[in-house]
Amino acid sequence: MRNKSVATLAGVTALALYSSMALGSKYNFQEPQSVIAQDIYDQHMMLLWICLAIFVTVFGIMFYSILKHRKSVGHKAANFHHSTTAEVIWTVIPCLILIVMAWPATKTVIAMKDTSSPDMTIKATGYQWMWGYDYLQGEGEGISFYSKLSTPRAQLENKEPKGEHYLLEVDNHVVVPVGKKVRMILTANDVIHAWWVPALGVKQDAIPGFIRDSWFTADTPGIYRGQCAELCGKDHGYMPIVVEVLDEEAYSEWAAEKLASMKKDSVNLASVATEVAGDAEAADAAEKDSENN
Amino acid sequence: MAAVHGDVHGHGHDDHHPTGIMRWVTTTNHKDIGSMYLWFSLTMFFTGGFLAMGIRAELFQPGIQILEPELFNSFTTLHGLIMVFGAIMPAFVGFANWQIPMMVGAPDMAFARMNNWSFWLLIPAALLLVSSFFVPGGAAAGGWTFYPPLSAQGGLGVDMMLFAVHILGASSIMGAINIITTVLNMRAPGMTLMKMPMFVWTWLITAYLLVLAMPVLAGVVTMLITDRHFGTSFFNAAGGGDPVLFQHIFWFFGHPEVYIMILPAFGIVSEIIPTFSRKPLFGYSSMVYATASIAILSCIVWAHHMFTAGMPTVGQLFFMYATMLIAVPTAVKVFNWTATMWKGEMTFETPMLFAIGFIFLFVIGGFSGVICAIVPIDIQVQDTYYVIAHFHYVLVSGALFALFGGAYYWLPKWTGHMYDETLGKWHFWLSMIFFNMAFFVQHFLGLAGMPRRIPDYALQFADFNMISSIGAFGFGLTQLLFVYIVIKCIRSKEPAPEKPWDGAKTLEWTHLPTPAPYHSFETPPVVK
Repeated sequence: MRNKSVATLAGVTALALYSSMALGSKYNFQEPQSVIAQDIYDQHMMLLWICLAIFVTVFGIMFYSILKHRKSVGHKAANFHHSTTAEVIWTVIPCLILIVMAWPATKTVIAMKDTSSPDMTIKATGYQWMWGYDYLQGEGEGISFYSKLSTPRAQLENKEPKGEHYLLEVDNHVVVPVGKKVRMILTANDVIHAWWVPALGVKQDAIPGFIRDSWFTADTPGIYRGQCAELCGKDHGYMPIVVEVLDEEAYSEWAAEKLASMKKDSVNLASVATEVAGDAEAADAAEKDSENN
Repeated sequence: MAAVHGDVHGHGHDDHHPTGIMRWVTTTNHKDIGSMYLWFSLTMFFTGGFLAMGIRAELFQPGIQILEPELFNSFTTLHGLIMVFGAIMPAFVGFANWQIPMMVGAPDMAFARMNNWSFWLLIPAALLLVSSFFVPGGAAAGGWTFYPPLSAQGGLGVDMMLFAVHILGASSIMGAINIITTVLNMRAPGMTLMKMPMFVWTWLITAYLLVLAMPVLAGVVTMLITDRHFGTSFFNAAGGGDPVLFQHIFWFFGHPEVYIMILPAFGIVSEIIPTFSRKPLFGYSSMVYATASIAILSCIVWAHHMFTAGMPTVGQLFFMYATMLIAVPTAVKVFNWTATMWKGEMTFETPMLFAIGFIFLFVIGGFSGVICAIVPIDIQVQDTYYVIAHFHYVLVSGALFALFGGAYYWLPKWTGHMYDETLGKWHFWLSMIFFNMAFFVQHFLGLAGMPRRIPDYALQFADFNMISSIGAFGFGLTQLLFVYIVIKCIRSKEPAPEKPWDGAKTLEWTHLPTPAPYHSFETPPVVK
């Protein structure tokens, strides 16, 4: 009975600590909005607590020793200097702790690498210094646009007060439907960039001449912001990523509107069509590539 | 230095070396060369530190204030290169030069002339790095890892940087060969390998890592130069190359390099802790095996720097497991240090403070290292301030704190004078406080999503960046105190006691006078 209540108390305390850290702290991971991001969040919290427990234990012992085994309190040095038993014990224990850490991580790695059977596929291309998006497959197929930083130059130069989303706002959002598996195909036009949206748990380098992929399924509608995460030259700090997650109807509306507005520009149409054909091939190639992996 | 001079004449041997500047240019003496290495690295430490101050000043507030983005990138790039290749590595070689002959009972290093050459190579390399700021196009701005294709874009500054890295690599290889030969061939009779001081052991293993890793760096730098100038396409997809190939080769050098910078630090701490605990090092042989295990593992974990570059699932898992394994021998070391302190008779002079500070903060860096090793978490924190915090915990409060501890520990032996204990303690505590102020908050910045290598940031990062900058300025200023302490120690009139540390057991303390004579051991001591 006593054991049970102690366990409950410990559980409640842990939960309270956990949620106090999770709630509204702007200095932890952003609130997870996908399964993978949630896994990452939970694993990080678990590791943090394990590390903290080890830290307190090891340095508790060390600082006890520092307080008690000092010359100034008259402690005399012992002369032991070897113990195979101790060495074996403190080699085995870290190994066991590592297995506890590696197990959930392995499952998440396998899940995050599984880009098969997506509901839609979007190609993101890194440019110095903006992103280009092409909707290759699924609802909205054929949509294509660039996405650039929209923070005015005057704000960067401190001539105007900075807005709420300073450096994290773009002219064209990447719009995706909620609850659909979105496969992102990444490449770049010039140097290496990285496409990173923390709340969705996606970060993947975009490498010129090569194609890499990743995926996410957004849990709730909203606007999620990220940045380029690989040094790409002068304006590396100025190529944010903004993903707007809409519910299904709103997404259909947006896609139809976007396609219609693209059709209006008949000059553009021809070039878009050829590009899409090329990109579809690229997507197929990437699919085969990731299967090989 | 004055003390060394005095002793030369005291000895009255056939030391017909020149005086003035030529003495230093032509010297083949391990102590002279060691001192030059140490002064050189201190100079580069302040050069790199100046760049760090520039970076933190720009990041003090959001917006662009003092460094335009391109110059900011040059500052971060050169800060990294100068600190790694100019400050930390030469400092450890300086320690090796001074200490290894004295600790193994040898008169000097094995290859005295090569020793001179490997030092003097550093000077043109440093000049190339620093002067690249003033050439058209400015200094390299592609990060200290100089990934192509970005590093293919820069101008003359990039070539100067690449050439400098080449020279520094050559210097390191020579230094490493010298150390291996000295340790393997010039030990005093009776000093078997398993009786060597831990500092010598860690350097022997480090030297092997250098011989392994540096030629790989030379290879990748050469490939990049031919890509830039001679039309090859190793790293250019348009010509059939692969930019990611560069990252694999670079990190095949780069990860052993991380341990090249930390293993000798382990060695220094393993000398200091037993001395001030007045107790032999606990688990000597397991310390040796742990060091060797770390060195071997360090060669098979390189791709953990590239989890976001994309690799097969099996690859990610392999590199994750291998990286996590490094935590085991590292933990063994920490436990052994703790067991050495346990039931000792500790006193807390400045070297001991730095050694304990080292263990305390290095363990934090070790924990964040394990967290970074977990692939899913690394996906979030890679290339963020979390990583910056992680490697400053292992390189500044790791390598640098150990160097400070070692400097205070051996200054009396080197100069024949005692340093100012009160000022030394001030140096430690100020460094400790400001270091944590500068870098602890960066963990949170990284978790919350602040990428590294950006000159400007979103507003939610403003408060912690300001704290970090204030800490960094404080840390920078505190290091001037170290220079003052060292100069004061050298100029001091009062001779140090023959053996200022009663717990010291290694040959330089037990068999050599203080200050150490110009030629360490003319007849080898016999080790029982």
